[in-house]
Amino acid sequence: MDEHAISSLTAVAREIRKKTLLSIGRLGVGHVGGSLSVIEALTYLYFQEMQVDPKQPRSPDRDRLVLSKGHAGPALYSILAHKGYFSDSMLDTLNQGGTSLPSHCDRNLTPGIDMTTGSLGQGLSAAVGIALANRLDERSNYVYAVIGDGESQEGQIWEAAMSAAQYKLSRLIGFTDYNKMQIDGMTRDIMNIDTLESKWLSFGWHVERIDGHCFPDIHGAVQRAKSQSCRPAMIILDTIKGKGCAFAEGKLSSHNMPLSLEQAQEAVRQLEGAQL
Amino acid sequence: MSTDMRDVYADTLISMARNDSRICVLEADLMNATGTKGFKTAFPERFFDVGVAEADMVGIAAGLASEGKIPFAATFGTFASRRVFDQFFLSANYAQVPVKLVGTDPGITAQLNGGTHMPFEDTGMMRLVPHLTVVEPSDIVSLRELLKQAAEHPGSAYIRLHRKGSQQFYADNETFTLGKAKVLRDGTDVTLIASGFVMVPAALKAAEDLADQGISAAVIDMHTVKPLDTETVIEYARKTKALVTCENHQVIGGLGGAVAEALACSIPTVMECIGVHEQFGQVGDLDYLAGAYRLRSGDIAEKARRAISRKKELCS
Repeated sequence: MDEHAISSLTAVAREIRKKTLLSIGRLGVGHVGGSLSVIEALTYLYFQEMQVDPKQPRSPDRDRLVLSKGHAGPALYSILAHKGYFSDSMLDTLNQGGTSLPSHCDRNLTPGIDMTTGSLGQGLSAAVGIALANRLDERSNYVYAVIGDGESQEGQIWEAAMSAAQYKLSRLIGFTDYNKMQIDGMTRDIMNIDTLESKWLSFGWHVERIDGHCFPDIHGAVQRAKSQSCRPAMIILDTIKGKGCAFAEGKLSSHNMPLSLEQAQEAVRQLEGAQL
Repeated sequence: MSTDMRDVYADTLISMARNDSRICVLEADLMNATGTKGFKTAFPERFFDVGVAEADMVGIAAGLASEGKIPFAATFGTFASRRVFDQFFLSANYAQVPVKLVGTDPGITAQLNGGTHMPFEDTGMMRLVPHLTVVEPSDIVSLRELLKQAAEHPGSAYIRLHRKGSQQFYADNETFTLGKAKVLRDGTDVTLIASGFVMVPAALKAAEDLADQGISAAVIDMHTVKPLDTETVIEYARKTKALVTCENHQVIGGLGGAVAEALACSIPTVMECIGVHEQFGQVGDLDYLAGAYRLRSGDIAEKARRAISRKKELCS
Protein backbone atom coordinates (compact mmCIF):
# COMPACT_ATOMS: atom_id res chain seq x y z
CA MET A 1 0.00 0.00 0.00
CA ASP A 2 1.65 3.25 -1.10
CA GLU A 3 1.92 6.47 0.86
CA HIS A 4 -0.54 8.23 -1.40
CA ALA A 5 -3.24 5.62 -0.76
CA ILE A 6 -2.61 5.78 2.99
CA SER A 7 -2.79 9.53 3.05
CA SER A 8 -5.90 9.55 0.90
CA LEU A 9 -7.69 7.02 3.15
CA THR A 10 -6.57 8.91 6.23
CA ALA A 11 -8.17 12.06 4.85
CA VAL A 12 -11.39 10.20 4.06
CA ALA A 13 -11.49 8.66 7.55
CA ARG A 14 -11.11 12.13 9.04
CA GLU A 15 -14.08 13.36 7.01
CA ILE A 16 -16.12 10.32 8.05
CA ARG A 17 -15.32 11.00 11.71
CA LYS A 18 -16.39 14.60 11.32
CA LYS A 19 -19.65 13.67 9.62
CA THR A 20 -20.38 10.99 12.20
CA LEU A 21 -19.79 13.35 15.12
CA LEU A 22 -21.86 16.13 13.58
CA SER A 23 -24.79 13.85 12.75
CA ILE A 24 -24.86 12.50 16.32
CA GLY A 25 -24.30 16.02 17.68
CA ARG A 26 -27.33 17.33 15.83
CA LEU A 27 -29.44 14.67 17.51
CA GLY A 28 -27.79 15.18 20.90
CA VAL A 29 -27.09 11.56 21.78
CA GLY A 30 -25.80 8.43 20.11
CA HIS A 31 -23.43 5.51 19.83
CA VAL A 32 -20.27 7.57 19.57
CA GLY A 33 -17.69 5.12 20.87
CA GLY A 34 -18.42 2.06 18.76
CA SER A 35 -18.99 4.19 15.67
CA LEU A 36 -15.62 5.91 15.88
CA SER A 37 -13.72 2.68 16.56
CA VAL A 38 -14.65 1.03 13.23
CA ILE A 39 -14.15 3.99 10.94
CA GLU A 40 -10.76 2.93 9.55
CA ALA A 41 -12.03 -0.57 8.72
CA LEU A 42 -15.16 0.76 7.02
CA THR A 43 -13.21 3.48 5.21
CA TYR A 44 -10.73 0.94 3.90
CA LEU A 45 -13.50 -1.39 2.72
CA TYR A 46 -15.66 1.21 0.96
CA PHE A 47 -12.91 3.43 -0.44
CA GLN A 48 -10.26 0.86 -1.29
CA GLU A 49 -11.54 -2.67 -1.40
CA MET A 50 -15.22 -3.28 -2.00
CA GLN A 51 -16.70 -3.55 -5.46
CA VAL A 52 -19.78 -1.39 -5.01
CA ASP A 53 -21.56 1.23 -7.05
CA PRO A 54 -23.59 3.89 -5.20
CA LYS A 55 -25.70 4.33 -8.32
CA GLN A 56 -26.68 0.66 -8.21
CA PRO A 57 -26.96 -0.15 -4.49
CA ARG A 58 -28.59 -3.53 -5.17
CA SER A 59 -26.37 -4.59 -8.06
CA PRO A 60 -26.24 -8.43 -7.88
CA ASP A 61 -22.47 -8.70 -8.28
CA ARG A 62 -21.54 -6.13 -5.65
CA ASP A 63 -19.67 -7.00 -2.50
CA ARG A 64 -21.90 -7.08 0.58
CA LEU A 65 -21.35 -5.75 4.07
CA VAL A 66 -23.32 -6.73 7.14
CA LEU A 67 -22.74 -4.40 10.06
CA SER A 68 -23.76 -6.90 12.69
CA LYS A 69 -22.94 -4.39 15.41
CA GLY A 70 -25.83 -2.39 13.99
CA HIS A 71 -25.51 0.39 16.55
CA ALA A 72 -22.47 1.65 14.64
CA GLY A 73 -24.92 2.67 11.92
CA PRO A 74 -23.96 6.37 12.19
CA ALA A 75 -20.41 5.56 11.04
CA LEU A 76 -21.66 3.51 8.10
CA TYR A 77 -24.18 6.17 7.13
CA SER A 78 -21.39 8.75 6.96
CA ILE A 79 -19.40 6.34 4.79
CA LEU A 80 -22.36 5.79 2.47
CA ALA A 81 -23.06 9.52 2.20
CA HIS A 82 -19.40 10.24 1.50
CA LYS A 83 -19.41 7.50 -1.10
CA GLY A 84 -22.42 9.06 -2.82
CA TYR A 85 -25.28 6.72 -1.92
CA PHE A 86 -27.24 9.71 -0.64
CA SER A 87 -26.65 13.34 0.15
CA ASP A 88 -24.76 14.61 3.19
CA SER A 89 -27.88 16.53 4.22
CA MET A 90 -29.61 13.23 4.96
CA LEU A 91 -27.09 12.73 7.79
CA ASP A 92 -28.80 15.63 9.56
CA THR A 93 -31.90 13.44 9.99
CA LEU A 94 -30.05 10.70 11.90
CA ASN A 95 -32.38 8.85 14.27
CA GLN A 96 -35.16 11.40 14.05
CA GLY A 97 -38.79 10.48 13.46
CA GLY A 98 -39.39 9.45 9.85
CA THR A 99 -35.68 9.27 9.00
CA SER A 100 -34.07 6.88 6.55
CA LEU A 101 -31.11 6.62 8.94
CA PRO A 102 -32.32 4.86 12.09
CA SER A 103 -30.14 4.13 15.13
CA HIS A 104 -29.52 0.58 13.90
CA CYS A 105 -29.02 -0.48 10.28
CA ASP A 106 -32.13 -1.15 8.19
CA ARG A 107 -31.88 -2.57 4.68
CA ASN A 108 -35.33 -1.28 3.79
CA LEU A 109 -34.72 2.33 4.75
CA THR A 110 -31.17 3.17 3.74
CA PRO A 111 -29.63 2.85 0.27
CA GLY A 112 -26.45 0.78 0.53
CA ILE A 113 -27.39 -1.14 3.68
CA ASP A 114 -27.33 -4.86 2.86
CA MET A 115 -28.87 -6.30 6.02
CA THR A 116 -31.03 -5.16 8.89
CA THR A 117 -29.22 -5.56 12.20
CA GLY A 118 -29.49 -4.39 15.77
CA SER A 119 -30.20 -7.43 17.90
CA LEU A 120 -26.59 -8.40 18.54
CA GLY A 121 -25.36 -11.76 17.35
CA GLN A 122 -27.67 -12.13 14.38
CA GLY A 123 -25.73 -10.44 11.58
CA LEU A 124 -22.99 -13.04 11.19
CA SER A 125 -25.55 -15.79 10.52
CA ALA A 126 -27.19 -13.57 7.91
CA ALA A 127 -23.77 -13.00 6.35
CA VAL A 128 -23.31 -16.78 6.16
CA GLY A 129 -26.65 -17.05 4.36
CA ILE A 130 -25.72 -14.23 1.99
CA ALA A 131 -22.38 -15.89 1.21
CA LEU A 132 -24.14 -19.22 0.56
CA ALA A 133 -26.66 -17.56 -1.76
CA ASN A 134 -23.90 -15.84 -3.71
CA ARG A 135 -22.04 -19.11 -4.05
CA LEU A 136 -25.22 -20.79 -5.33
CA ASP A 137 -25.50 -17.98 -7.87
CA GLU A 138 -21.84 -18.53 -8.84
CA ARG A 139 -20.76 -15.02 -8.00
CA SER A 140 -17.17 -14.22 -7.10
CA ASN A 141 -18.00 -11.35 -4.78
CA TYR A 142 -17.08 -11.01 -1.11
CA VAL A 143 -19.27 -10.71 1.96
CA TYR A 144 -17.89 -8.66 4.83
CA ALA A 145 -19.31 -8.82 8.34
CA VAL A 146 -18.40 -6.51 11.21
CA ILE A 147 -19.11 -7.70 14.73
CA GLY A 148 -18.43 -6.17 18.10
CA ASP A 149 -16.33 -7.55 20.91
CA GLY A 150 -19.23 -7.41 23.36
CA GLU A 151 -21.35 -8.97 20.63
CA SER A 152 -18.92 -11.89 20.60
CA GLN A 153 -20.45 -12.92 23.92
CA GLU A 154 -23.62 -13.91 22.05
CA GLY A 155 -23.88 -17.65 21.49
CA GLN A 156 -25.21 -17.21 17.97
CA ILE A 157 -21.86 -15.74 16.89
CA TRP A 158 -20.25 -19.08 17.61
CA GLU A 159 -23.01 -20.98 15.86
CA ALA A 160 -22.25 -18.89 12.77
CA ALA A 161 -18.52 -19.38 13.36
CA MET A 162 -19.12 -23.11 12.99
CA SER A 163 -21.39 -22.90 9.96
CA ALA A 164 -19.14 -20.53 8.02
CA ALA A 165 -16.21 -22.90 8.55
CA GLN A 166 -18.32 -25.98 7.80
CA TYR A 167 -19.42 -24.49 4.48
CA LYS A 168 -15.85 -23.32 3.72
CA LEU A 169 -16.97 -19.77 3.06
CA SER A 170 -13.64 -18.37 1.90
CA ARG A 171 -15.44 -15.33 0.51
CA LEU A 172 -16.73 -14.35 3.93
CA ILE A 173 -14.41 -11.98 5.76
CA GLY A 174 -15.28 -10.93 9.27
CA PHE A 175 -13.98 -8.10 11.41
CA THR A 176 -14.16 -7.94 15.17
CA ASP A 177 -14.06 -4.40 16.51
CA TYR A 178 -12.03 -5.22 19.59
CA ASN A 179 -12.20 -1.97 21.51
CA LYS A 180 -12.19 -3.90 24.81
CA MET A 181 -15.25 -2.11 26.15
CA GLN A 182 -18.93 -2.88 26.46
CA ILE A 183 -21.82 -1.01 28.03
CA ASP A 184 -21.27 -2.19 31.59
CA GLY A 185 -17.49 -2.11 31.66
CA MET A 186 -14.33 -3.65 30.25
CA THR A 187 -15.02 -6.89 28.39
CA ARG A 188 -12.36 -8.65 30.46
CA ASP A 189 -14.24 -7.71 33.64
CA ILE A 190 -17.79 -8.32 32.44
CA MET A 191 -17.35 -11.53 30.43
CA ASN A 192 -13.86 -12.16 29.21
CA ILE A 193 -13.63 -13.09 25.53
CA ASP A 194 -9.86 -13.58 25.44
CA THR A 195 -8.21 -14.96 23.62
CA LEU A 196 -10.19 -14.16 20.53
CA GLU A 197 -7.51 -15.34 18.10
CA SER A 198 -7.40 -18.84 19.51
CA LYS A 199 -11.18 -19.02 19.61
CA TRP A 200 -11.60 -18.19 15.92
CA LEU A 201 -8.62 -20.37 15.00
CA SER A 202 -10.10 -23.33 16.82
CA PHE A 203 -13.39 -22.76 15.02
CA GLY A 204 -11.55 -23.24 11.73
CA TRP A 205 -11.14 -19.65 10.56
CA HIS A 206 -8.10 -17.90 9.19
CA VAL A 207 -7.28 -15.28 11.81
CA GLU A 208 -5.48 -11.95 11.71
CA ARG A 209 -4.97 -9.60 14.61
CA ILE A 210 -3.96 -6.08 13.68
CA ASP A 211 -4.06 -2.42 14.65
CA GLY A 212 -7.59 -1.55 13.58
CA HIS A 213 -6.70 2.09 12.97
CA CYS A 214 -3.73 1.34 10.70
CA PHE A 215 -4.55 1.23 6.99
CA PRO A 216 -1.50 -0.80 5.88
CA ASP A 217 -2.32 -3.37 8.56
CA ILE A 218 -5.95 -3.58 7.43
CA HIS A 219 -4.87 -3.81 3.81
CA GLY A 220 -2.43 -6.62 4.48
CA ALA A 221 -4.91 -8.58 6.58
CA VAL A 222 -7.68 -8.28 4.00
CA GLN A 223 -5.39 -9.38 1.19
CA ARG A 224 -4.25 -12.41 3.19
CA ALA A 225 -7.89 -13.16 4.02
CA LYS A 226 -8.78 -13.04 0.33
CA SER A 227 -6.04 -15.52 -0.46
CA GLN A 228 -7.74 -18.20 1.64
CA SER A 229 -9.14 -20.94 -0.54
CA CYS A 230 -11.37 -22.85 1.86
CA ARG A 231 -11.66 -20.94 5.12
CA PRO A 232 -13.52 -17.84 6.21
CA ALA A 233 -11.34 -15.17 7.78
CA MET A 234 -11.71 -13.17 10.96
CA ILE A 235 -9.69 -9.99 11.25
CA ILE A 236 -9.50 -8.89 14.86
CA LEU A 237 -9.11 -5.15 14.98
CA ASP A 238 -7.39 -3.77 18.04
CA THR A 239 -9.23 -0.50 18.30
CA ILE A 240 -9.92 2.34 20.71
CA LYS A 241 -13.49 3.11 21.56
CA GLY A 242 -14.31 6.71 20.69
CA LYS A 243 -11.11 7.01 18.64
CA GLY A 244 -10.35 10.55 17.46
CA CYS A 245 -12.70 12.42 19.78
CA ALA A 246 -10.96 13.71 22.91
CA PHE A 247 -13.91 13.51 25.27
CA ALA A 248 -14.99 10.07 24.06
CA GLU A 249 -11.73 8.30 23.30
CA GLY A 250 -11.05 5.37 25.58
CA LYS A 251 -14.03 6.19 27.77
CA LEU A 252 -16.55 3.57 28.86
CA SER A 253 -19.24 6.23 28.83
CA SER A 254 -18.85 6.71 25.08
CA HIS A 255 -21.00 3.70 24.14
CA ASN A 256 -24.19 5.73 23.94
CA MET A 257 -23.41 9.22 25.15
CA PRO A 258 -24.97 12.68 25.08
CA LEU A 259 -23.21 14.83 22.51
CA SER A 260 -24.20 18.43 21.91
CA LEU A 261 -23.74 20.07 18.55
CA GLU A 262 -21.22 22.42 20.18
CA GLN A 263 -19.22 19.45 21.50
CA ALA A 264 -19.35 17.81 18.08
CA GLN A 265 -18.17 21.01 16.44
CA GLU A 266 -15.33 21.29 18.95
CA ALA A 267 -14.34 17.70 18.16
CA VAL A 268 -14.40 18.52 14.46
CA ARG A 269 -12.14 21.54 15.07
CA GLN A 270 -9.72 19.28 16.94
CA LEU A 271 -9.71 16.81 14.06
CA GLU A 272 -9.06 19.63 11.63
CA GLY A 273 -6.33 20.99 13.91
CA ALA A 274 -4.65 17.61 14.00
CA GLN A 275 -4.62 17.71 10.25
CA LEU A 276 -2.50 20.86 10.17
CA MET B 1 -52.50 -44.37 3.21
CA SER B 2 -48.80 -45.04 3.43
CA THR B 3 -47.28 -41.58 3.29
CA ASP B 4 -46.83 -39.31 6.25
CA MET B 5 -47.58 -35.60 6.21
CA ARG B 6 -43.82 -35.04 6.36
CA ASP B 7 -43.42 -37.01 3.13
CA VAL B 8 -45.86 -34.63 1.47
CA TYR B 9 -43.82 -31.74 2.88
CA ALA B 10 -40.58 -33.13 1.45
CA ASP B 11 -42.07 -34.22 -1.88
CA THR B 12 -43.73 -30.84 -2.40
CA LEU B 13 -40.45 -29.05 -1.73
CA ILE B 14 -38.64 -31.32 -4.17
CA SER B 15 -41.33 -30.78 -6.77
CA MET B 16 -41.19 -27.01 -6.34
CA ALA B 17 -37.38 -27.00 -6.37
CA ARG B 18 -37.32 -28.75 -9.75
CA ASN B 19 -38.97 -25.71 -11.30
CA ASP B 20 -37.62 -23.01 -9.05
CA SER B 21 -33.91 -22.73 -8.30
CA ARG B 22 -34.69 -20.31 -5.44
CA ILE B 23 -36.13 -23.02 -3.18
CA CYS B 24 -33.71 -23.98 -0.37
CA VAL B 25 -34.20 -26.24 2.65
CA LEU B 26 -32.63 -25.79 6.06
CA GLU B 27 -32.59 -28.20 8.96
CA ALA B 28 -31.16 -28.15 12.47
CA ASP B 29 -30.26 -31.82 12.92
CA LEU B 30 -33.84 -32.98 12.35
CA MET B 31 -33.62 -33.96 8.68
CA ASN B 32 -34.74 -37.48 9.44
CA ALA B 33 -37.61 -36.30 11.60
CA THR B 34 -38.83 -33.76 9.05
CA GLY B 35 -38.28 -36.26 6.24
CA THR B 36 -36.22 -33.97 3.99
CA LYS B 37 -33.45 -36.45 3.25
CA GLY B 38 -34.86 -36.80 -0.26
CA PHE B 39 -34.40 -33.09 -0.82
CA LYS B 40 -30.78 -33.38 0.29
CA THR B 41 -30.25 -36.17 -2.22
CA ALA B 42 -32.00 -34.32 -5.04
CA PHE B 43 -30.55 -30.88 -4.40
CA PRO B 44 -27.52 -31.19 -2.11
CA GLU B 45 -26.27 -27.71 -2.98
CA ARG B 46 -29.54 -26.18 -1.78
CA PHE B 47 -29.79 -28.18 1.44
CA PHE B 48 -28.21 -26.88 4.64
CA ASP B 49 -28.19 -28.89 7.85
CA VAL B 50 -26.68 -26.49 10.36
CA GLY B 51 -26.61 -28.90 13.27
CA VAL B 52 -28.22 -28.16 16.61
CA ALA B 53 -28.18 -24.41 16.06
CA GLU B 54 -31.67 -23.11 15.37
CA ALA B 55 -30.77 -19.44 15.76
CA ASP B 56 -28.05 -19.78 13.15
CA MET B 57 -30.47 -21.68 10.90
CA VAL B 58 -32.99 -18.84 10.92
CA GLY B 59 -30.25 -16.24 10.46
CA ILE B 60 -28.80 -18.13 7.50
CA ALA B 61 -32.31 -18.47 6.06
CA ALA B 62 -32.73 -14.70 6.38
CA GLY B 63 -29.42 -14.16 4.58
CA LEU B 64 -30.47 -16.51 1.79
CA ALA B 65 -33.85 -14.76 1.53
CA SER B 66 -32.20 -11.34 1.38
CA GLU B 67 -30.50 -12.58 -1.79
CA GLY B 68 -33.76 -13.73 -3.35
CA LYS B 69 -33.81 -17.38 -2.29
CA ILE B 70 -36.94 -19.00 -0.87
CA PRO B 71 -35.77 -20.82 2.25
CA PHE B 72 -37.90 -23.36 4.12
CA ALA B 73 -36.36 -23.87 7.57
CA ALA B 74 -37.79 -26.52 9.86
CA THR B 75 -37.43 -27.65 13.44
CA PHE B 76 -39.73 -28.70 16.26
CA GLY B 77 -42.38 -26.04 16.88
CA THR B 78 -41.07 -25.31 20.35
CA PHE B 79 -37.67 -24.32 18.97
CA ALA B 80 -39.11 -22.61 15.89
CA SER B 81 -41.09 -20.31 18.15
CA ARG B 82 -39.74 -20.00 21.67
CA ARG B 83 -36.07 -20.55 20.90
CA VAL B 84 -35.63 -18.38 17.80
CA PHE B 85 -38.43 -15.87 18.11
CA ASP B 86 -36.08 -12.87 18.03
CA GLN B 87 -34.11 -14.21 15.05
CA PHE B 88 -37.30 -14.87 13.09
CA PHE B 89 -38.87 -11.61 14.23
CA LEU B 90 -35.92 -9.36 13.36
CA SER B 91 -33.65 -10.97 10.79
CA ALA B 92 -36.60 -12.23 8.72
CA ASN B 93 -39.80 -10.29 9.44
CA TYR B 94 -38.57 -6.87 10.55
CA ALA B 95 -35.92 -7.01 7.83
CA GLN B 96 -38.67 -7.92 5.34
CA VAL B 97 -36.82 -10.91 3.93
CA PRO B 98 -39.29 -13.74 3.44
CA VAL B 99 -38.39 -16.86 5.41
CA LYS B 100 -40.75 -19.84 5.54
CA LEU B 101 -40.34 -21.22 9.05
CA VAL B 102 -41.80 -24.65 9.71
CA GLY B 103 -42.64 -25.70 13.26
CA THR B 104 -43.29 -29.44 13.48
CA ASP B 105 -45.04 -31.61 16.03
CA PRO B 106 -47.80 -29.14 16.89
CA GLY B 107 -49.25 -29.38 20.40
CA ILE B 108 -50.02 -32.84 21.68
CA THR B 109 -48.55 -34.54 18.61
CA ALA B 110 -45.15 -34.13 20.29
CA GLN B 111 -46.42 -37.06 22.38
CA LEU B 112 -43.53 -38.98 23.95
CA ASN B 113 -41.10 -36.07 23.64
CA GLY B 114 -43.20 -34.47 26.34
CA GLY B 115 -43.58 -31.00 27.76
CA THR B 116 -40.18 -29.68 26.69
CA HIS B 117 -41.06 -30.37 23.05
CA MET B 118 -44.80 -29.64 23.10
CA PRO B 119 -45.64 -26.34 21.42
CA PHE B 120 -48.86 -24.88 22.75
CA GLU B 121 -47.66 -21.28 22.25
CA ASP B 122 -46.21 -21.07 18.75
CA THR B 123 -49.29 -19.85 16.90
CA GLY B 124 -49.91 -17.21 19.54
CA MET B 125 -46.33 -15.93 19.38
CA MET B 126 -46.38 -15.88 15.61
CA ARG B 127 -49.69 -14.01 15.48
CA LEU B 128 -47.90 -11.13 17.21
CA VAL B 129 -45.52 -10.64 14.29
CA PRO B 130 -46.80 -7.93 11.93
CA HIS B 131 -47.86 -9.21 8.50
CA LEU B 132 -46.74 -12.77 9.20
CA THR B 133 -48.87 -15.50 7.64
CA VAL B 134 -49.59 -18.36 10.06
CA VAL B 135 -50.77 -21.63 8.54
CA GLU B 136 -51.75 -25.04 9.92
CA PRO B 137 -52.73 -27.51 7.20
CA SER B 138 -55.06 -30.34 8.19
CA ASP B 139 -54.56 -32.96 5.47
CA ILE B 140 -52.20 -33.95 2.69
CA VAL B 141 -53.95 -31.95 -0.01
CA SER B 142 -54.14 -28.73 1.97
CA LEU B 143 -50.53 -29.19 3.09
CA ARG B 144 -49.33 -29.58 -0.49
CA GLU B 145 -51.31 -26.67 -1.84
CA LEU B 146 -50.67 -24.30 1.06
CA LEU B 147 -46.93 -25.02 0.89
CA LYS B 148 -46.97 -23.96 -2.76
CA GLN B 149 -48.82 -20.79 -1.83
CA ALA B 150 -46.46 -20.09 1.05
CA ALA B 151 -43.53 -20.37 -1.37
CA GLU B 152 -45.13 -17.89 -3.74
CA HIS B 153 -46.26 -15.57 -0.95
CA PRO B 154 -44.02 -12.48 -0.94
CA GLY B 155 -43.78 -12.37 2.86
CA SER B 156 -42.62 -14.68 5.61
CA ALA B 157 -44.78 -17.56 6.79
CA TYR B 158 -44.98 -19.82 9.81
CA ILE B 159 -46.23 -23.29 8.94
CA ARG B 160 -47.40 -25.60 11.72
CA LEU B 161 -46.57 -29.01 10.30
CA HIS B 162 -47.93 -32.32 11.51
CA ARG B 163 -45.29 -34.94 10.71
CA LYS B 164 -46.45 -38.51 11.25
CA GLY B 165 -49.50 -40.13 9.73
CA SER B 166 -51.74 -38.73 7.07
CA GLN B 167 -55.35 -38.04 6.28
CA GLN B 168 -57.29 -36.56 3.39
CA PHE B 169 -60.50 -34.54 3.47
CA TYR B 170 -60.11 -32.73 0.21
CA ALA B 171 -60.25 -33.90 -3.38
CA ASP B 172 -56.87 -34.21 -5.06
CA ASN B 173 -57.57 -31.19 -7.23
CA GLU B 174 -58.98 -28.95 -4.48
CA THR B 175 -57.66 -25.41 -4.60
CA PHE B 176 -56.81 -23.26 -1.59
CA THR B 177 -56.17 -19.62 -0.91
CA LEU B 178 -54.06 -18.48 2.04
CA GLY B 179 -56.35 -16.60 4.38
CA LYS B 180 -59.56 -18.10 3.00
CA ALA B 181 -61.14 -20.76 5.22
CA LYS B 182 -62.71 -23.96 3.90
CA VAL B 183 -66.24 -24.89 4.90
CA LEU B 184 -66.11 -28.67 5.25
CA ARG B 185 -69.69 -29.08 6.37
CA ASP B 186 -72.58 -26.68 6.46
CA GLY B 187 -74.87 -26.32 9.46
CA THR B 188 -77.40 -24.04 11.11
CA ASP B 189 -77.27 -24.52 14.90
CA VAL B 190 -73.60 -24.10 15.74
CA THR B 191 -70.27 -23.65 13.93
CA LEU B 192 -67.13 -25.59 14.80
CA ILE B 193 -64.05 -23.67 13.67
CA ALA B 194 -61.03 -25.97 13.76
CA SER B 195 -57.43 -25.93 12.66
CA GLY B 196 -54.86 -28.63 12.10
CA PHE B 197 -54.41 -32.35 11.75
CA VAL B 198 -55.80 -33.28 15.17
CA MET B 199 -58.72 -30.90 15.56
CA VAL B 200 -60.31 -30.81 12.11
CA PRO B 201 -61.19 -34.53 12.12
CA ALA B 202 -62.26 -34.25 15.77
CA ALA B 203 -64.62 -31.41 14.78
CA LEU B 204 -65.98 -33.44 11.86
CA LYS B 205 -66.62 -36.40 14.17
CA ALA B 206 -68.30 -34.10 16.70
CA ALA B 207 -70.53 -32.72 13.93
CA GLU B 208 -71.57 -36.25 12.98
CA ASP B 209 -72.37 -37.10 16.59
CA LEU B 210 -74.30 -33.86 17.02
CA ALA B 211 -76.27 -34.65 13.85
CA ASP B 212 -77.33 -37.92 15.48
CA GLN B 213 -78.69 -35.80 18.32
CA GLY B 214 -80.59 -33.56 15.91
CA ILE B 215 -78.07 -30.69 16.04
CA SER B 216 -76.85 -29.18 12.78
CA ALA B 217 -73.19 -28.21 13.13
CA ALA B 218 -71.10 -26.48 10.47
CA VAL B 219 -67.38 -27.31 10.35
CA ILE B 220 -64.80 -24.83 9.11
CA ASP B 221 -61.16 -25.69 8.48
CA MET B 222 -59.35 -22.48 9.46
CA HIS B 223 -56.06 -23.50 7.85
CA THR B 224 -54.78 -19.92 7.97
CA VAL B 225 -54.95 -18.53 11.49
CA LYS B 226 -53.41 -15.26 10.35
CA PRO B 227 -54.65 -13.41 8.41
CA LEU B 228 -57.89 -14.75 9.82
CA ASP B 229 -60.77 -15.17 7.39
CA THR B 230 -63.04 -12.83 9.34
CA GLU B 231 -65.54 -12.76 6.50
CA THR B 232 -66.31 -16.45 6.91
CA VAL B 233 -66.23 -16.19 10.70
CA ILE B 234 -68.78 -13.38 10.65
CA GLU B 235 -70.90 -15.14 8.02
CA TYR B 236 -71.21 -18.21 10.22
CA ALA B 237 -71.59 -16.17 13.40
CA ARG B 238 -74.62 -14.56 11.77
CA LYS B 239 -75.88 -17.87 10.45
CA THR B 240 -75.54 -20.10 13.51
CA LYS B 241 -75.18 -17.51 16.32
CA ALA B 242 -72.97 -19.94 18.26
CA LEU B 243 -69.38 -21.00 17.66
CA VAL B 244 -66.83 -23.38 19.08
CA THR B 245 -63.15 -22.93 18.23
CA CYS B 246 -61.08 -26.12 18.27
CA GLU B 247 -57.31 -25.96 18.50
CA ASN B 248 -54.38 -28.06 19.59
CA HIS B 249 -52.78 -25.00 21.20
CA GLN B 250 -53.28 -22.51 24.01
CA VAL B 251 -56.58 -20.71 23.62
CA ILE B 252 -54.82 -17.49 24.65
CA GLY B 253 -53.30 -16.07 21.48
CA GLY B 254 -54.42 -18.98 19.37
CA LEU B 255 -57.41 -19.65 17.13
CA GLY B 256 -59.83 -19.06 20.02
CA GLY B 257 -58.26 -15.70 20.79
CA ALA B 258 -58.17 -14.76 17.12
CA VAL B 259 -61.85 -15.55 16.54
CA ALA B 260 -62.88 -13.83 19.79
CA GLU B 261 -60.98 -10.69 18.76
CA ALA B 262 -62.63 -10.70 15.36
CA LEU B 263 -66.14 -11.19 16.74
CA ALA B 264 -65.81 -8.73 19.63
CA CYS B 265 -65.04 -6.02 17.08
CA SER B 266 -67.84 -6.98 14.70
CA ILE B 267 -70.77 -9.04 15.96
CA PRO B 268 -70.23 -10.34 19.49
CA THR B 269 -71.41 -13.93 19.42
CA VAL B 270 -71.72 -16.77 21.90
CA MET B 271 -68.57 -18.87 21.66
CA GLU B 272 -66.80 -21.66 23.48
CA CYS B 273 -63.14 -22.61 23.15
CA ILE B 274 -61.64 -26.06 22.89
CA GLY B 275 -57.90 -25.91 23.45
CA VAL B 276 -55.27 -25.80 26.14
CA HIS B 277 -56.05 -23.56 29.08
CA GLU B 278 -53.10 -22.39 31.18
CA GLN B 279 -51.27 -25.70 31.03
CA PHE B 280 -47.83 -26.89 30.02
CA GLY B 281 -47.19 -29.96 27.91
CA GLN B 282 -46.49 -33.45 29.26
CA VAL B 283 -45.61 -36.92 28.03
CA GLY B 284 -48.21 -39.35 26.78
CA ASP B 285 -49.56 -40.87 23.62
CA LEU B 286 -51.96 -38.94 21.44
CA ASP B 287 -55.07 -40.50 22.90
CA TYR B 288 -53.99 -39.92 26.49
CA LEU B 289 -53.07 -36.29 25.77
CA ALA B 290 -56.29 -35.61 23.84
CA GLY B 291 -58.10 -36.79 26.95
CA ALA B 292 -55.88 -34.87 29.35
CA TYR B 293 -56.41 -31.56 27.53
CA ARG B 294 -60.04 -32.30 26.59
CA LEU B 295 -59.48 -32.11 22.86
CA ARG B 296 -61.66 -35.09 21.89
CA SER B 297 -64.72 -34.99 19.66
CA GLY B 298 -66.91 -35.61 22.73
CA ASP B 299 -65.44 -32.52 24.38
CA ILE B 300 -66.22 -30.50 21.25
CA ALA B 301 -69.79 -31.79 21.12
CA GLU B 302 -70.27 -30.92 24.78
CA LYS B 303 -69.04 -27.36 24.20
CA ALA B 304 -71.29 -27.12 21.13
CA ARG B 305 -74.33 -28.05 23.17
CA ARG B 306 -73.29 -25.54 25.82
CA ALA B 307 -72.90 -22.81 23.20
CA ILE B 308 -76.35 -23.57 21.79
CA SER B 309 -77.81 -23.52 25.28
CA ARG B 310 -76.22 -20.13 26.00
CA LYS B 311 -77.48 -18.82 22.69
CA LYS B 312 -81.02 -19.86 23.60
CA GLU B 313 -80.71 -18.22 27.02
CA LEU B 314 -79.68 -14.98 25.35
CA CYS B 315 -82.59 -15.15 22.93
CA SER B 316 -85.18 -15.96 25.57
